[in-house]
Amino acid sequence: MKWLLANWDQVLIALGQHLVIASTSIAIAFILSLLIGIWAARYESVFRVALTVTGLLYTIPTLAFLALLIPVVGLGRANAIICMVAFSLMIMIRNVAVGIREVPREVVDAAQGMGMSATQILIRIELPLALPVIVAGLRIATVTVISVAVVAAYVNAGGLGTLIFSGISNDHAPKIWTGALTACALAIVADLSLARLESWLRRRAR
Amino acid sequence: MLLVEAWQFIVAHPDRFFGALLTHVTLSAAALALATAIALPTGVWLAGTRRAASIAIATANVGRTLPSLAVLALVMPLLGTGFLPSLFALTLLALPPILLNSYTGIRQVEPEIVDAARGMGMTRGEIVRKVELPIATPVIFAGIRTAAVQVVSGAVLAAYIGGGGLGDFITAGIAMMALPQLLVGAIPATLLALGADQLFGRLQRALTPKGL
Repeated sequence: MKWLLANWDQVLIALGQHLVIASTSIAIAFILSLLIGIWAARYESVFRVALTVTGLLYTIPTLAFLALLIPVVGLGRANAIICMVAFSLMIMIRNVAVGIREVPREVVDAAQGMGMSATQILIRIELPLALPVIVAGLRIATVTVISVAVVAAYVNAGGLGTLIFSGISNDHAPKIWTGALTACALAIVADLSLARLESWLRRRAR
Repeated sequence: MLLVEAWQFIVAHPDRFFGALLTHVTLSAAALALATAIALPTGVWLAGTRRAASIAIATANVGRTLPSLAVLALVMPLLGTGFLPSLFALTLLALPPILLNSYTGIRQVEPEIVDAARGMGMTRGEIVRKVELPIATPVIFAGIRTAAVQVVSGAVLAAYIGGGGLGDFITAGIAMMALPQLLVGAIPATLLALGADQLFGRLQRALTPKGL
């Protein structure tokens, strides 16, 4: 606690970096997943290939993934962000595609009957109705990314992991506690707020 | 080129490589076995209760969101470094998915089926063993599979708290910027995780009773 009071600025900087790399990765992954997910919702073969490939990426151990990227992109934020985007794709593509597919056929038929184009149906009917499922995917991906970002400090991407690693190498317990507990709190807060958003969207959809 | 150098490293240091691989597999398998032994019966038991369940399930849901490295790091000031603290942390990480899936798997069993079993004169224990567990097998194994991949993945991070395993090559490789050494740790660790996923996927299919 004493250490935290004396070094709160260092903790805030680490937290800030953590939020920046995590939200950048989520933003990139979200756009990619929307595009691929919409495509995958239309064609079963695209769905299967996309999920197999991104499922493989998702299974690779975090630190191994970061290490495998070092010969390609070196150390730093780019490495971390590529890894974090790769880890989020499977969950978000799956939920975008499944969310769109679950839109009742009659609703889409009715929209067609009203003379809407395919793009109008997608933007005004399918995506809004799929939103709760999409947000459910966003929630899992966000928690995953926050977790990966802790490890990413090891490849010089910054973030809360820097406190943990420097605490471990200097055998300085307060630093480890601060870094690890802040990271846990961040993951829990992100999970709970997105869960709220999800249930609010579900209630509104009814 | 890097791959060739990584291969040469393994050939030059077979004891170190196979030692680390063995530690990695032992650590992961022990953590998964311990977590299954604790979480599966607990999940099954919770499914039959009301009050205890909501607290335990909420705790498990929170536990699932915690970053692996944070959990490993938190164990270090409490228990120190080495194999056993790593085993403890990895077991903790594996508990939530197994517990949640065992609970959900049993709760999903339709009440009519349980009623029918009771009508046939089965005892509570028989209903769990002969009816509920077989029906819940696919869901329970999905949880064990998730935990297995998570544990193999987490065991790479155990290198930071002296747990040994393949992560040692990665941390040494980054510290010295020795690229071949990075691959000596990263590629086998990846194959191990993919292998665990495949293995438990197969087991899940093999153990699911016919007709489900």
